[in-house]
Amino acid sequence: MIAGISIYEILTLTTVLFFIGIYGFITRKNLISILISVELIMNASVINFVIINKYLYPDILQGVIFSIFIIAVAAAEAALAISIIINLYRQISSVEVKDTEIMKY
Amino acid sequence: MDFSSFLLMRHELILLTITLLLIIAEIFIPHHKKSNIVHLAIFLFGIHTVLGFLGLAESSLFGGMFRTNEMIHFFKNVLNVGVLILLLQSADWLQEKIVEQQRGTEFFVLLFSSLLGMYFMISAGDFLMFYLGLELSTLPVAALAAFEVSKRISSEAGIKLILSAALASGVSLFGISLLYATTGSIYFNDILEVISVSNLSILGLILFFTGLAFKISLVPFHFWTADVYEGAPISIASYLSVISKGAAVFILMILLFTVFKPLMFVWENMVYVIAIATMFIGNLFALRQQNMKRFLAFSSVAQAGFILLGIITGDQLGLATVVYFVLVYVFSNLAAFGVVQAISLQTGKENRNDYEGLYRTNPKLSLVMMLALFSLAGIPPVAGFFGKFFLFTAAASKGYYLLVFLAVVNVTISLYYYLLVIRAMFLRKSENAIPFFNSKLYMRIGLILTVLGILTLGLYSPLYEYIFELSSNLM
Repeated sequence: MIAGISIYEILTLTTVLFFIGIYGFITRKNLISILISVELIMNASVINFVIINKYLYPDILQGVIFSIFIIAVAAAEAALAISIIINLYRQISSVEVKDTEIMKY
Repeated sequence: MDFSSFLLMRHELILLTITLLLIIAEIFIPHHKKSNIVHLAIFLFGIHTVLGFLGLAESSLFGGMFRTNEMIHFFKNVLNVGVLILLLQSADWLQEKIVEQQRGTEFFVLLFSSLLGMYFMISAGDFLMFYLGLELSTLPVAALAAFEVSKRISSEAGIKLILSAALASGVSLFGISLLYATTGSIYFNDILEVISVSNLSILGLILFFTGLAFKISLVPFHFWTADVYEGAPISIASYLSVISKGAAVFILMILLFTVFKPLMFVWENMVYVIAIATMFIGNLFALRQQNMKRFLAFSSVAQAGFILLGIITGDQLGLATVVYFVLVYVFSNLAAFGVVQAISLQTGKENRNDYEGLYRTNPKLSLVMMLALFSLAGIPPVAGFFGKFFLFTAAASKGYYLLVFLAVVNVTISLYYYLLVIRAMFLRKSENAIPFFNSKLYMRIGLILTVLGILTLGLYSPLYEYIFELSSNLM
């Protein structure tokens, strides 16, 4: 618990973070920025789990354990995405979405 | 708890052992004999598939995080058979293209880890296990989609898949966290007891649904499908459309039917709208595709729409029909992708125009393709008809007549584009038709197995009754 701060403020923060992530994913033109947006979404849920655990159900540490797993998986995901981006960069020397796309409807 | 109860995870343990054995074999097999690794992997996986059919007790492990029963066990066997056929079909591609680059083992290790993830996903008893299974099943496939590192289109497919999958799982996670806030637990059984209708839990359900909808490529989330299928190696496209989609449908259905049962009046409406949109958009986009892989991608989007007709019922009949339909779909789609792969491997051609006059030069191959497409379209003698018929019956028994009517309209639309391919193969003549070729042994076995599957499922009705019996386990 943080003195003087209720769960509402923190949940508002995580929700805002979540939607910033969604907005960024849709509007960014750079593959790395898109990846950063996805990480924002992940981290919003990590904070959510920890806070809900701490404020609402402090007896069992389910949420905290879950958040540790999320952090690990998010790291793996970022590593894989970056390795594919690097491979793409070797071929086209760019990480802009518009240079990447050759398949379209 | 003694160690013998670990044998409940027999599927997982054997698959993990095979994966590790392959890594060891990679070290000890000398360079010029690397193609043996393909034989070894197929042999070991064949044994695993046969062993899978042995019975298994119904129980749960790790305080309820991992559970298994006959239905889950049966579905794991379906996935096994699918992957075995897929390995047989891609053996030639592996030996000609991948083993030369010394990357054969890598392919199998990634593919088997992904399958392992699916096992854990469908026998998950809580959201943590479910999430880990989902990620373990998705990440290796993204690496596999970008497997042909020298091809730009393959990297593009990989990056599209990994970013969409990461977004989907992130959104899904946020949904899970909201459900955790309302119920105070991540175990399915505990959630079922305390879940109640509130705005927060409905939002949680919708966000959670989004994550799985990405995997099944339901309509607002289907944008990655066609591009990834086109860019990825054909065996991976086939894996994504058959195995990955099948597993995701299964777990989505179980969760909606059990954990989210109290919220049924919410997800009913959601599934209703998404089913209609998925069928129409999948079919209409499939009409204008020239590339066979993109064509099959949109056809698989449309098939996912039909599957939702069974899910919307929320009862045992719906569950049995969906599992049966997925089983039929596995065989039909594997046959179609197998033929595309055989032709692409020999000639590098993937467009519909290239198939003109195929019947005159390669009659057997075109007959397999015809059977597969008839089964996907739902023409009576073959299995696909019964799959669709049961789905429509299940939906109609709950009174969704308008939905069934729209689905029938969509079957008609889909018949048109499936027949376009068949017309190209049988009725058109072409100067530069694909010349006659003989596929290798593995590919032949793979295609024969799919044909046997399609015919058996269509003609041998006790199988459906068996599935119906099993499905009482879960309801």
